Amino acid sequence: MKRLLKGGRIVDPANGIDGAFDLLIDGDRIARVGRGLPVDGAQVVEIPAGLVVCPGFIDMHVHLREPGQEHKETVASGTASAVAGGFTAVACMPNTDPINDDANVTAYIVNKAKEAGLARVYPIGAVSRGSQGELLADIAELKAAGCVALSDDGKPVATALLMRRALEYAGMFGMPVIDHCEDQSLKGDGVAHEGYQAATLGLRGIPGAAEAVMVERDVLMSEITGGYVHIAHMSARASLRAVRKGKDAGVRVTCEVAPHHFTLTDESLESPVAYDTNVKMNPPLREAADRDAMIEGIRDGAVDVIATDHAPHHYDEKKVEFDRAPFGIVGLETAVSLTLDRLVHRGVITLGRMVELMSINPARILRVAGGTLAEGAPADITVVAPDLKVRVEAAKLKSRSKNTPFDGWELRGGVAATIVGGRPLFVNPEAALDLR
Amino acid sequence: MSATGRDPRSAIRYPEETEKPEPRTADSGERKAITGLRHKDLLGIQPLTPEEIVLILDTAEAMKEIGSRPIKKVPALRGKTVVNLFFEPSTRTRTSFEIAEKRLSADTLSIAIASSSVVKGETLADTALTIEAMQPDMIVMRHASSGAGHLLARVCRSAIINAGDGMHEHPTQALLDAFTIRERKQRIAGLKVAIVGDLLHSRVLRSNIHLLTKLGAEVWVCGPPTLIPPEVARLGVRATSRVNEAVEGADVVMLLRIQLERMQGAFFPSLREYFNVFGMTEERVRRAKPDVIIMHPGPMNRGVEIASEVADGPYSVILDQVSNGVAVRMAVLYLLAGGADNEAAA
Amino acid sequence: MPVVMDADRIARALTRIAHEIVERNKGVERLALVGIRTRGVPIARRVARTLKEITGDEVPTGALDITLYRDDLMRHAVGPQPVVRSTEIAFSIDNRKIILVDDVLYTGRTIRAALDALIDFGRPRAIQLLALVDRGHRELPIKADYVGKNLPTSLSESVQVRLHEVDGQDEVVVQQEAAL
Repeated sequence: MKRLLKGGRIVDPANGIDGAFDLLIDGDRIARVGRGLPVDGAQVVEIPAGLVVCPGFIDMHVHLREPGQEHKETVASGTASAVAGGFTAVACMPNTDPINDDANVTAYIVNKAKEAGLARVYPIGAVSRGSQGELLADIAELKAAGCVALSDDGKPVATALLMRRALEYAGMFGMPVIDHCEDQSLKGDGVAHEGYQAATLGLRGIPGAAEAVMVERDVLMSEITGGYVHIAHMSARASLRAVRKGKDAGVRVTCEVAPHHFTLTDESLESPVAYDTNVKMNPPLREAADRDAMIEGIRDGAVDVIATDHAPHHYDEKKVEFDRAPFGIVGLETAVSLTLDRLVHRGVITLGRMVELMSINPARILRVAGGTLAEGAPADITVVAPDLKVRVEAAKLKSRSKNTPFDGWELRGGVAATIVGGRPLFVNPEAALDLR
Repeated sequence: MSATGRDPRSAIRYPEETEKPEPRTADSGERKAITGLRHKDLLGIQPLTPEEIVLILDTAEAMKEIGSRPIKKVPALRGKTVVNLFFEPSTRTRTSFEIAEKRLSADTLSIAIASSSVVKGETLADTALTIEAMQPDMIVMRHASSGAGHLLARVCRSAIINAGDGMHEHPTQALLDAFTIRERKQRIAGLKVAIVGDLLHSRVLRSNIHLLTKLGAEVWVCGPPTLIPPEVARLGVRATSRVNEAVEGADVVMLLRIQLERMQGAFFPSLREYFNVFGMTEERVRRAKPDVIIMHPGPMNRGVEIASEVADGPYSVILDQVSNGVAVRMAVLYLLAGGADNEAAA
Repeated sequence: MPVVMDADRIARALTRIAHEIVERNKGVERLALVGIRTRGVPIARRVARTLKEITGDEVPTGALDITLYRDDLMRHAVGPQPVVRSTEIAFSIDNRKIILVDDVLYTGRTIRAALDALIDFGRPRAIQLLALVDRGHRELPIKADYVGKNLPTSLSESVQVRLHEVDGQDEVVVQQEAAL
């Protein structure tokens, strides 16, 4: 089937395009991009003024929780949440139960994704067996089964030696190692950012240095091995400093920042709701100087990717004392709105840079198709509505879990439609886009 | 309307109550005296105004007199049920609250949850709702997690009194400390108060910092750098690791407990070294004012944060703190017993 | 705002009452005065002074706060808890004749609370009641033994007693309450 997306603004920096163009989809591929394209039997879709057509967004840090924790999320509900959030693809972390350190688990996830038939799912395999930090997992098998990267997320890659070996070995396959940087001894039993807020509220602190000290380690390991290291959910300004230094020295390091780390600070621990467990995640919300440093890095290019670290938890699990609550918040369905509202509309980045951060760079780092609307590319398209008024309603999220700190927030900007392989899998009724 | 045609809510019954109360202490003279606590719960000192703190202290004075009567009981909370929910073991605070409740003629019920409920896996919220189904008017809670009181206050309709939550606050301790200071010194404003000990993990510290700074004292906090909370100066105190500097010319010296487990976290090398560097000895006490008072929330580690001679010495008011605890807790129970009506009137 | 008693009349009423006390009790032996806060207290002190002038004997005087014995605590509260003030009764009340002193006797509920409070302090031989003003409208079976002035009032009026120890001047004033 052919669809002609007519007259919309297309932002496709990979191909130097930013302007009003027509886009012809044929089957699951992009057939042509140009002006005044002939209809030629295609279903015509008028793109209303104000909407912007982009290459499909890819969230490279998502926890789908299946197998093993289906009460929080499944591949089906998670990918539904993804397309509702404007993502045509997600990369899912291996800290499931059992851990994805084995081709069978990878295959299970890949099959579930096929069954769901929604966003594309790229599994990330474990670095070490059981993520125990001792022996390497069967990396070649994981790659063959479909894994695109390696991580022990939830935990850091345990030792410098293991990181080195993983980078060397995975480098053979061109796979990046994604590290949850956190020195466990400095973290201790901390539950919030070490600073004035946590001290006043009586919460044990996790210093920014706990993250930065391991970022420094990973940059060095990447330098001596030539391997690809990607810093997951970066939050501290000292970490960014280490990444900048590494990049300046030509090291193959990339990094991502989650929307909550460029939006919120540790003041959320105290207000509007004191000890709100929907504000507890790891790495924690940090002080304003760190948040501002993340925004600056997004602006000047030191930060490569915006990824959500979507971490669903069941309501019962979060309705406990702050100390006891699990770390994590959902993020797939608020990421685009927060990026538009807090970064694009505030003049920090352009839409083109947003596409870099959410499509081009994730595709490049994971070495998957995406980030482009060139002829012949898969028809993975995100249509954003930058001026759409959005009100976040936790109860209405497609994710199985509703643990978000943004409930009730009114944001400017949202998703109009998400198209995967030519199929419109999400159409926002509020966006006046007639796409069937 | 009642049978006599008069609105029963009119204030005509007790005519003298239409006047404002006279300010009673040198401290409160300049401030506008208030007639009530406009809160449903007492979760900490931080949300209280100085006027509210003074009201509690003044009320505690009246309550203290009841303890000297032949019949140490007044009917003020008759028919009210107070549940003491203690998730952390405590003899001193729990007993103090129980006596306070009984002196006000409340029906009291003490539940020591300890670890059994945690083992059974019941959440705090569920435990609280089970208790609340029995309709207590007030719940006094102590818990090992900071913010547990906030969770309970969101979940329960009863008034919640925080008897200590994790490392966050222990408001009635700070209030009885202030009452003791005021009793001895007739004021709090302008006094130099030195607090020495494990500052980082202490809820008593945080409550005392809030209260003493709100009432205008000059607060110094002292401990090894590993145990000083980040950015504590933002709370309006001076921080130092030199105990002589802290104690120099102090009117009040307050010692905080050192927990033996802190050595595991490498906060300081040994109890012996802690005592040598920070322990309150007679020699260090002599640097303070000649009429200094020595305080400790208890239980004490003799020979660690405080030398025995100092604990038992002439400047120590540690036992007064304990006996003042009942009066202060009576005042808090009484003032919060209006419950939701307190907030409606706010 | 009609003044129904000025400083002069208050003083004369209290002097007269002091004489009545001596007469009825045949002296002041084992007698004590307990003023009900707030204005009962200065009245009690004044009467004690007059009794000393008349008889040469000291009559012990105490102050009683009845807030914690009120029957309307925790019921239909329109506002936060009433303020509690201190009680100072420095003598034993056992076997004494206690004269409770209040400024205005009205429904009788204050006196009922005061009786409950006193009983918790001990076992007096007898309790008598002195009120500067009796404005009627009793809701309980309470009667004053010594009255400064009987003042029939309507329910919509309020009686304010002002004393120089508390208010800076002596007078008794009757006001119309604003319509509820």
